[in-house]
Amino acid sequence: MSLEQPRPELDVGETPDGEVDYDELAELLGEYVLDRESHVNAEGFVIRPDDVVAVLDILKRDAGFDNLSCVTAQEYYDRYESIYHLKKYDDPTQELSVVVPTLRDEPVSQSAASVFDTANWHEREAYDLVGIEYEDHPDLRRILLPDTWQGHPLSLDYNQDQPQIVALREHADPMEHRSEVPDEQDTMFINIGPHHPATHGVLHLRTVLDGEQVIDVDPDLGYLHRCEEQMCQQSTYRHQIMPYPDRWDYISAGILNEWAYARAAESLADIDVPEYAQIIRTMSAEMCRIASHLLAVGTFALDIYGDFTAIFMYAITDREKVENLLEDLTGQRLMFNYLRLRGVAWDLPEPREEYFEKVREFCTYVPERLEEYHNLLSANELFQMRVIDTGILPPEVAKAYGCTGPVARGSGIDYDIRRDDPYGYYDELEWDVITDDGCDNFSRAFVRLEEIRQSARIIEQCVDLLEEWPEDEREIQSNVPRTLKPDADSEVYRTVEAAKGELGIYIRADGTDKPARFKIRSPAFCNLQSLEVMAEGEYVPDMVAALGSLDIVLGEVDR
Amino acid sequence: MSKETQLHDTLEQAQSTQDARMGPGVDDRFNSKLRQAFGASPFILTKFDAFMNWVRGNSMFILLFGIACCSIEMMHTYAAKHDLDRFGAGVPRASPRQADVIIVPGTIVSKFGPRMQRVYDQMPEPKFVVSMGSCTISGGPFQEGYNVVKGVEEIIPVDIHVPGCPPRPEALVYGVLKLQEQIQAGESAPVTVKPYELEQFGDLERDELVQELASEIDEDDLVMRYNWAESP
Repeated sequence: MSLEQPRPELDVGETPDGEVDYDELAELLGEYVLDRESHVNAEGFVIRPDDVVAVLDILKRDAGFDNLSCVTAQEYYDRYESIYHLKKYDDPTQELSVVVPTLRDEPVSQSAASVFDTANWHEREAYDLVGIEYEDHPDLRRILLPDTWQGHPLSLDYNQDQPQIVALREHADPMEHRSEVPDEQDTMFINIGPHHPATHGVLHLRTVLDGEQVIDVDPDLGYLHRCEEQMCQQSTYRHQIMPYPDRWDYISAGILNEWAYARAAESLADIDVPEYAQIIRTMSAEMCRIASHLLAVGTFALDIYGDFTAIFMYAITDREKVENLLEDLTGQRLMFNYLRLRGVAWDLPEPREEYFEKVREFCTYVPERLEEYHNLLSANELFQMRVIDTGILPPEVAKAYGCTGPVARGSGIDYDIRRDDPYGYYDELEWDVITDDGCDNFSRAFVRLEEIRQSARIIEQCVDLLEEWPEDEREIQSNVPRTLKPDADSEVYRTVEAAKGELGIYIRADGTDKPARFKIRSPAFCNLQSLEVMAEGEYVPDMVAALGSLDIVLGEVDR
Repeated sequence: MSKETQLHDTLEQAQSTQDARMGPGVDDRFNSKLRQAFGASPFILTKFDAFMNWVRGNSMFILLFGIACCSIEMMHTYAAKHDLDRFGAGVPRASPRQADVIIVPGTIVSKFGPRMQRVYDQMPEPKFVVSMGSCTISGGPFQEGYNVVKGVEEIIPVDIHVPGCPPRPEALVYGVLKLQEQIQAGESAPVTVKPYELEQFGDLERDELVQELASEIDEDDLVMRYNWAESP
């Protein structure tokens, strides 16, 4: 683990040992703070709905909260509430929630989009699903559901059985009545997707081209919005929720996602996880990261070279190897459902020695294989010509859009939850956070390739630990009551480093065995917002490359 | 050994190999393994339909179409280890206008339903549909979602269902093989599709009065009902 450089000066509201001093922050905000709530992860400051911009601006400028990690919207019986989860890129353990209640009759709140660019989409989602309106929002319209949708599905009085009635003209062929383009106008509007090989799923990009240059791109989401939050809200904590995270980021990143839920729910219900189980979690999560990054690299090459070439086939072949290891461990190739709240489902497969040998073999194979990938990709002149200095994402823009994961690290932002807010067994192991200052498509692909090497290092160390673990101390689960009912009105927001970046879960308990509100902060959703910055002014193929380098997965973008 | 004899030897050797391969027969031209297989007549007699079905089943162009989780397993099915191409069905085409088969790999939601129908409509006849995964059968784990279409058959007809969440590549290969068998045997799936409801009068019976009223309706004001809550 690389050491962090000590920072020269402290922000307002920060104690010398890196904790948040909430009293000092409350003093800084003065009269803005109406009330203070305590959530499991951080304190929440309650403010008036027309003070949002002022408060967030002070916190960003003076207190150093430069990462708007998530915006959670929810409806209570007497009010609506938007929660802005703030963090710092320098130290993500310093958190603060800004709670903005609004009246039930008139749910209008000020938009934070002028302070944090990332708030734009988060607030559109809150409007779409919960029904809070944001004043001065640059573009408040539905984001996940069709424009014709009636009602807000996560609000309390929504009736799901009511059919959606849509006039046929809403689905008329858009090309049928196209107006003649005047001669002097030389731009062209073009739809890319939702069925298109380069969009990595069902993404729809509304683009305006001037010649071959992109002058405007507007991602249209929601073609895979399969109500993940609703599904989790109607499932019980103990067993029913765990299968769903596998299906958010479905590129074999299942265990990383399961861990996000496990971490949030375990800190909400105060459950301990045995150390042995933490090591198994760490090992299997890194296997998932390798599988996920391999597909990212393979499909990126597919986008750049344009056909099913060797790199794609190599990546899939190597994924088969790591999927075999995961299948031996979990019994599944893709949807593992392996983690449990309090540990893991079962111990390593028998005979253990054989499994360790297989994993070790894979870990020595990975660095050799990476040389081959570097030869084919990063050392390849054709590849370099296509991706170096295209899709530029400057670090300050990346921060404003809440980018995390390899996208942020490819812009030189040294930010990794595994190191900065450690969980599992990561802080006991030797590994490095990979960053690259290039800020371009090349850097993002390069960071992913090198992260595969680090993941293999982590797995190797985990295998050593597991092999030497005394037989009578192999505790895979701690004891938990049969029905899990966290205290009413306890709230938690926890993040982990998933394959695409910071995956966060917000849970509010209401005293029952099901969550009252379950909100997913998806890394791909935030990263995708920055496409506009990267693509505008570039050529069309560079936009495709930029999209590939973001490595979005639509299951996670749309949830 | 002189040059001439050397040449002669090689020629003789070559001829003897050919003889050995042909065996005794009337004429070298038709005396082959194929000839043996077809008996005395060197001609294959078949119906053109049957021939076309055989060809269709053995050369399927699949649409490059990804929706959700199942598309990852679908990619694995195309790629190195499982290699669907071995079965004469592995050429993914990016354009629906060049494809015969569409594998629907994932959950269909209300926003994507009409788009998928358009893609399906763009494929040339005859076309075949393989639905992959539980979501395309019933909505799968997301069946109770407010936005989820309960199975792909709400929108397009399906020939083969491959259950699983997601199905393993082997299962998809089996499904595609079954489809090939079906096509080669000239069978077509019973069409159980319930297309988008174009409900002019809800559940009213179409008697004369209703028919007359129907003619007065402005086509633009027809409505679609996304009523997946009540669909089976």
